[in-house]
Amino acid sequence: MNRINYLFQNKNKDLLSIYVTAGFPKLEDTLPVLEAIQEGGADLIEIGLPYSDPIADGPTIQESNAIALENGMSIKKLFSQLLGFRAKIHVPVILMGYLNPIIQFGVEEFCKKCKEVGIDGLILPDLPMSHYLEEYKEIFERYGLFNIFLISPQTSEARIREIDRYSQGFIYMVSSHAITGAKSAISEEQEQYFERIAAMNLNHPRLIGFGISDAATFQLASRYSNGAIMGSAFIKKIKDSKELKQDIKNFLSEVRG
Amino acid sequence: METIKGKRMIQVDERGFYGKFGGAYVPEMLYPNVEELRENWETIVSRSDFQEEFQGLLRDFVGRPTPLYFAARLSESFGAKIYLKREDLCHTGAHKVNNTVGQIILAKKLGKKRIIAETGAGQHGVATATVCALMGMDCTIYMGELDIKRQRPNVERMRILGAKVVPAVSGSKTLKDATNEAMRAWITDPVGTHYIIGSVVGPHPYPEMVARFQSVISEEIKRQLLAKEGRENPDLVIACVGGGSNAAGAFYHYYNQPSVRLIAAEAAGLGIHSGKSAATSVLGTPGILHGSKTLLMQTEDGQVVEPHSISAGLDYPGIGPVHAHLHDIGRAEFVAVEDENAMQAGILLSRTEGIIPAIETAHAIHALHQISYRPSDLIVINLSGRGDKDLETYIQWGNY
Ligand SMILES: Cc1ncc(COP(=O)(O)O)c(C=O)c1O
Repeated sequence: MNRINYLFQNKNKDLLSIYVTAGFPKLEDTLPVLEAIQEGGADLIEIGLPYSDPIADGPTIQESNAIALENGMSIKKLFSQLLGFRAKIHVPVILMGYLNPIIQFGVEEFCKKCKEVGIDGLILPDLPMSHYLEEYKEIFERYGLFNIFLISPQTSEARIREIDRYSQGFIYMVSSHAITGAKSAISEEQEQYFERIAAMNLNHPRLIGFGISDAATFQLASRYSNGAIMGSAFIKKIKDSKELKQDIKNFLSEVRG
Repeated sequence: METIKGKRMIQVDERGFYGKFGGAYVPEMLYPNVEELRENWETIVSRSDFQEEFQGLLRDFVGRPTPLYFAARLSESFGAKIYLKREDLCHTGAHKVNNTVGQIILAKKLGKKRIIAETGAGQHGVATATVCALMGMDCTIYMGELDIKRQRPNVERMRILGAKVVPAVSGSKTLKDATNEAMRAWITDPVGTHYIIGSVVGPHPYPEMVARFQSVISEEIKRQLLAKEGRENPDLVIACVGGGSNAAGAFYHYYNQPSVRLIAAEAAGLGIHSGKSAATSVLGTPGILHGSKTLLMQTEDGQVVEPHSISAGLDYPGIGPVHAHLHDIGRAEFVAVEDENAMQAGILLSRTEGIIPAIETAHAIHALHQISYRPSDLIVINLSGRGDKDLETYIQWGNY
């Protein structure tokens, strides 16, 4: 069974997913960071594939992408780092990135490598549903990779139902009209949106991401969903960290409250 | 809009593809916006109320039709019959305004309150700020920090017109990064904002929509050439290509006339293989940028390469999907013109015809040196813009 499904079968409240850019803050930090995130009690990990033009990302993740690329991170390099990582990391791991580097790597080859090292799913913000269904679905499924779809406050009910139909694992709820980036609070309007989606009784669980920055926003988001995803706030925390393991542990325990 | 008779070789399909290129690779957050446009633009644009307003503004505000001018001394110097399509005489100084007039009327009809745009040379930014002032709409322009420095006069023009100019500080700090910023801004206000993309790039339906608004260029060339030469079709049409909007406009009604050679002049920068170039048709490989699959300058790892051109408007690592397709099927000939040669062509045009061209446009002039043609050939060069905005670059280059 895909680790993502296994996770949701065993736990469906207060799930915490952490996003980190591969090869950040230093090239060889990928694995130690994954280990620390798992030790800190995260339920799921998203590894960002750095890209030169991340149009859905705010300044923090733009910068971590740029730094990772400068460090020499690439898809090839990441797969070499991940070889054998399942000996230590048992939480579900999802790769999050933009389509172009994957196309250049070769979509089939990419999926094959994902399966080899033990990746469970993909989040590709610039792969819309129609292109996914036409060109990618079959390949992803052949290698057991879940494609995680995004929805936003603008997504129509009909489209959410369609996304729910084609989703695997969970649905990624973008918390507001936003690119990634830590915000300080969640507005009433956002809560209404969370409520509206919760009331739809979708087939798939939902994690809320973008703008989840601390224990308060994590708890609030979790009240209306199965949990939340943190990216920018985590990236900020580790950017200049001298004590990666300790800082990551502290971050996670603060969020868990 | 007129339809082209006979078989259409160059046509966008339902999914937004020209052959292998195009599509709409946008994040879900932008899906409703792009879908709203896709569903509505053709209907709105073909309505008589739209056409009346659009044609009226093109005539009375932009100053269309622009002249098709027989360049006698330039013709003599190159040994062919050369006409210049005078887009430089459009209000605001370049072809860009044809598109912004069209898109702002569309935005209004879609009930949008706020306009955002990216700009490279600043011409599209100025053209956008201008129509926003005209319509009383709120306007924010994203511009690379480097371009803000090298296109100062246009930055101030935008501000005078009441637009807010926001610097893009990531990457190469040029057009590509300004486009990224504009897309991000659009994600954060999807309901009230319309994004006026300035070239035939971006997700479907932008490339086709912008081309359609620019197609007035070749529509007029046909009519004007018929009156002056007794024929609608020249032997060659030459245009520079950044994203490719002036070229798409100049080529549009000739796509399916195989007797008309289409010449696209790209920026070779310091030399195609110098590492400082924007010659996408040579250096590019298929990839995805700004929502469409096209030819793209990129590393083996699929990271976008930072381009270089002396002209900010050509300093872009991709080309519109329609041009990638024209290149792919061999319908257009692509030439890459180096910075130095473009500058010299700018001086040549200034001294033979009394027209200081935009440096983008100067690439199209120099292309004549890099292609073959016969003395009997009738050539139309699309003079996409005037050089006022580039005075500082001309002065710094200094070789005149
Ligand atoms: C005068 C002029 N010509 C050409 C261009 C390039 O754009 P496009 O290739 O879309 O015509 C620009 C862009 O700023 C411009 O200002």
